[in-house]
Amino acid sequence: MRHAVIPALVAALFAGTAHAAGLDVKVTVPRINAAEYHRPYVAIWVETPNQDIATTLAVWYAQSNKDNGEGKGTKWLKDLRQWWRKGGRDLTMPVDGVSGATKPVGEHTLSFVEGQAPLGKLAAGEYNLVVEAAREKGDRELVRIPFKWPAQKAESLKASGTSELGTISLEVKP
Amino acid sequence: MKSMKYILAAAFALNAGLAHAHGYWLLPSSTVLSSPQFVTFDAAVSNDPFHFNHRPLGVEELQIIAPDESLVAPVNVSKGELRTTFDAKFEQKGTYRLSLFREGLRAFWKEGDQNKRFFGKPEELKDKVPADAKDLKVVEFSNRLESYVTVGSPSKLKTVGRGLEMVAATHPNDLVAGEPLTVQFLVDGKPTADVEVEVLKGQTRYRNQKGEQKLKTDADGKVTINLPDAGMYWLDADYKDNKVQNKQANERSLAYVLTLEVLPQ
Repeated sequence: MRHAVIPALVAALFAGTAHAAGLDVKVTVPRINAAEYHRPYVAIWVETPNQDIATTLAVWYAQSNKDNGEGKGTKWLKDLRQWWRKGGRDLTMPVDGVSGATKPVGEHTLSFVEGQAPLGKLAAGEYNLVVEAAREKGDRELVRIPFKWPAQKAESLKASGTSELGTISLEVKP
Repeated sequence: MKSMKYILAAAFALNAGLAHAHGYWLLPSSTVLSSPQFVTFDAAVSNDPFHFNHRPLGVEELQIIAPDESLVAPVNVSKGELRTTFDAKFEQKGTYRLSLFREGLRAFWKEGDQNKRFFGKPEELKDKVPADAKDLKVVEFSNRLESYVTVGSPSKLKTVGRGLEMVAATHPNDLVAGEPLTVQFLVDGKPTADVEVEVLKGQTRYRNQKGEQKLKTDADGKVTINLPDAGMYWLDADYKDNKVQNKQANERSLAYVLTLEVLPQ
């Protein structure tokens, strides 16, 4: 009897994790033919309908430089123009669990769980997932995906950039 | 003859520091910074905002005021034929104010059929202007030229309460294309109606219509400026009254000039 309970508890535990409400985000950094290519700076955040930042989910930037420490990379954070103005400038970089190094070309998957930083608790309502990218010697692009929170059932949403961002997909998990 | 006028106009603008004959401006290389760094500036007297095509602007009296109100000294100051350049390092978080404030007297009179002029401090007036000057007109001037640079989040700006000043509803380092800006003008600290405001986007040499906005402040001293496109804008405000400090003057002319950077959405 006792032995039967434990596997059930373990299963319940894993089931709980698998079904936690949250956002799964896939961001594609596109391959760009450039004589001098630098990985883009990217900010990913959740935006309220009046375009305030509900929470910043991720910021990828050049974090360290042998000669210059943090300064070198943070100098260009302002080029993530909209994120910077809406609230990026109020954060002190680096932010644990949010900021990270720039990413290579390809698809990058991020998972955010309700109740845990950086997603935390979102009030029920309409939101946008916003991805902004800016590249040295390149352009700047911003992609929005509207979603409703909380989701009644799992929802897959998609949008695509045209220059600095490839496909962005968003799984809203109930 | 025309070139003589031109030289006189240049002298006029320079001696007065800041005069109405020509526009004058400060052009920062950046206004929004995400980490402490140097910014370089051009300062010039010209009719076309941010196009240095006339004379340099003296910056001896320029103050660079840090968010904690300490002063930052400009470095690498160089006065060229067409512009003055200087650098300044912005290390504190918050908004830095660059301010070039000048007060003084302008006098105009006649000697025979020659027109004479004086620009300077009140104490110099009696040495330079003959006691029996014919058709003497003395005007007090109070001119302020400003520009702002912010590291991180913009901080609240204080007013001085003297001369012509501006209070912006949106922080001047927080402007984006398509969002109008409401500003209030204060004379000696008080909101003032009928201040004449002109706003002009830079790079006028690349278009036929300058498209300047000419506005007048309302009863609360306010005007709303449209900022449809990203770019550098030059704002010039002028006002005249007769609240003179110096008894020899019968009129006061006040001016305020500001550079605004508007970023794309």
